[in-house]
Amino acid sequence: MSATLEGPTTTDEFIKGLWKENPVFVQVLGMCPTLAVTNSAINALAMGLATMVVLVMSNAVISLLRKFIPKQVRIASYILIIASFVTAVEYVIQAVSLDLHKALGAFISLIVVNCVILGRAEAFASKNDLVKSLADGAGMGLGFTFALFLLGAVREVLGSGSLFGVAVLPASFQPWVIMILPSGGFFTLGSWLLFFNYLSKRKARKAALATAEVAS
Amino acid sequence: MVSVAKTLQLRTSPHVTSGASVDLIMRHVVWALVPTALFGVYAFGLTAAVTLSAALASCLLAEWLLCKWSEQPSTLSDWSVAVTGLLYGLTLPPGLPVWMTMLGGFIAVGLGKHLFGGLGYNPFNPALVGRAVMQAAFPVGMTTWHAAFGSGRFSSVPSSLFTFPFAAPEYTDALTSATPLAAWKFEHNLAAASDLVMGFTTGSTGETSAVLILLGGAYLAARKMMNWRIPLSIFVTVAVLTFALHLASPEAYPTAPFMLLSGGLMLGAVFMATDMVASPMTTLGVVIYGALIGVLTVTIRLWGGMPEGVMYAILLANAVAPHIDRLVRPTVYGTSGRKA
Amino acid sequence: MDAVAKGDSPLEMYRALVGIGVVCGLLIVSVFQGTKPIIEANKAAALERAIFQVLPAAKQSKTFAATDDGFKLLEGPATGPLVFGGYAEDGSLVGLAIPAAGMGYADTIRILYGYSFEAHAIVGMVVLESKETPGLGDKIASDPGFQANFEALDVSLSADGSAPVHAVAAVKHGTKSNPWQLDSITGATISSKAVAAMLRESTTTWIPKVEKHKADFMNPGGAK
Repeated sequence: MSATLEGPTTTDEFIKGLWKENPVFVQVLGMCPTLAVTNSAINALAMGLATMVVLVMSNAVISLLRKFIPKQVRIASYILIIASFVTAVEYVIQAVSLDLHKALGAFISLIVVNCVILGRAEAFASKNDLVKSLADGAGMGLGFTFALFLLGAVREVLGSGSLFGVAVLPASFQPWVIMILPSGGFFTLGSWLLFFNYLSKRKARKAALATAEVAS
Repeated sequence: MVSVAKTLQLRTSPHVTSGASVDLIMRHVVWALVPTALFGVYAFGLTAAVTLSAALASCLLAEWLLCKWSEQPSTLSDWSVAVTGLLYGLTLPPGLPVWMTMLGGFIAVGLGKHLFGGLGYNPFNPALVGRAVMQAAFPVGMTTWHAAFGSGRFSSVPSSLFTFPFAAPEYTDALTSATPLAAWKFEHNLAAASDLVMGFTTGSTGETSAVLILLGGAYLAARKMMNWRIPLSIFVTVAVLTFALHLASPEAYPTAPFMLLSGGLMLGAVFMATDMVASPMTTLGVVIYGALIGVLTVTIRLWGGMPEGVMYAILLANAVAPHIDRLVRPTVYGTSGRKA
Repeated sequence: MDAVAKGDSPLEMYRALVGIGVVCGLLIVSVFQGTKPIIEANKAAALERAIFQVLPAAKQSKTFAATDDGFKLLEGPATGPLVFGGYAEDGSLVGLAIPAAGMGYADTIRILYGYSFEAHAIVGMVVLESKETPGLGDKIASDPGFQANFEALDVSLSADGSAPVHAVAAVKHGTKSNPWQLDSITGATISSKAVAAMLRESTTTWIPKVEKHKADFMNPGGAK
């Protein structure tokens, strides 16, 4: 295959969103839902999945229409497409569970302005074919969901002593109320960023050491 | 002092100093706090002693660990962390579980001080950062108060004090009591001013005795180690505002002496708002800063959901302190002043 | 890129935007139509669940609209305030579920409470909407001690039927001594008081009115 000559393969496009270019931990995009709705694991997961669905579908449609949309009106077109999918997803969530809809509140509508989605449309789907755009959308969406879940899980365990509504800590545990308040979102995100930066720094140092050894 | 080294020293100005150094000032702040702390122990008994020691120990430990991890020279010896630990302990309710006290101590020093670069770089008073996080994390623990001068306070401690780490404390209602501010807000009981001056009321370990706090403040002010304009500006603002409100509607608003003497206003105004790093530097700036704290305190206490607001008032004023300084910066003679 | 060159014509821009707009509009309308019955069924089920929760003996419910001279079975879209009648299996009136709202610690709290004609008391309360502090104020919805207040909260009317004899009032935790008092939650005094205040206000307005027009609920619309 000539894939190696053409650059990243479809699989690469999928994988990169999970870790190397994770929308939350590396690109630090889409902070509004990341901080606002991650007060429990289920909310975080639902928000992540809703965003992923919109991301995959908008990426697909924009990739298909990329030759048809004139450059001057591309942002307007992208917003139109994204907003339609978000509205559709909102109705579906309401049909699936009213409680979930209530918990996520206005943040479902705000997926429209989540910069992860517009960012992928502009930076990727408008320049790549359908299959790659689908892979990119799915990868980024999963990476976003994964990040939100990490935040939501930590906040729910510390803030309510439970995970997915099931108590995981002994009943005598004193919940840290601050973790389910907005400020807890900032603390948790900061701690995760610290952790991931530490990991990537250590990896870079090891890689540098390895090349130095090879060179010598 | 050791005799001056005879070798030639090359260094930048200042060459003549007043002799006041960080550790000297901080040591005097600790001395000024000692009477307040001792009174806290006398009023609340063993539990206050445990809380203060735990607060102090956790702050010292956090400072030592963080200096070690960040490969910085240890700043334990400059006494600043002792001030943070002592102040933090004095703002806690006696009977708070030791594990919460220690967790908050780590947060105070880690989040309030070292995250911003250590001593001299903290935009907020570290002790109050620790307390604010504790207040948000454990609202019940931080607002369960033990009555002062209980019998047997020197022979026993509340069961909540030694709660197993990370477990919820259990309180016996018989021992708890409402602070003067909460009693006023929720039950409209006004505590006597004389009790508030002397400290015969319920509250945080070190906030009850107005007279001892003022004594400590006066000592520091006399030694020029504290900017007395800050507490003065706070007191005047609170007094004038409350006096006017009380005059307008005596039923709805408490008296000025009550507002001045209750809660953490004294402790906060004298020892926390005056944090040298987090308060403005210009004289006019300091007055505005104090007035802002006063207005915010009165606003939160009277119209907010919580009975006490000094802590948030000081933290908010800390946040705008640099901007106040910019606002009142003297213009250079000969320039228009519009664009420096 | 040739896409750039092609995009210069205004016609193409209009074509693209209008085309996308039409397709997106179609998508939204079809999803809306498809999910509408499910969403409405969900909402009705949620409301009915709340009604049955505050009126434990009820097995079916009917919606009434308040008018100037009593209550009418609701037909069509809602106008004005609503109350919900709860009925037992055999169609006999169990009580009413009445919505109330008021300012809490964080935002408006909306609740639904059940009123029993027989007991002259509030027999249940659910929180429909609240943004109270998690772990503290939001306990008004879950705290068993607080919920126990609503097993029989006395709101019986004075002799002339103009208002409840005793206004509902919140008292400090553990000091409830009368059936019209609400035992507050420790650490959530403000939320507890907010619930008491909205109940006080709502019962003063509604209980005299529903007692006066009790017959309106007995045989609504001539149904069984």
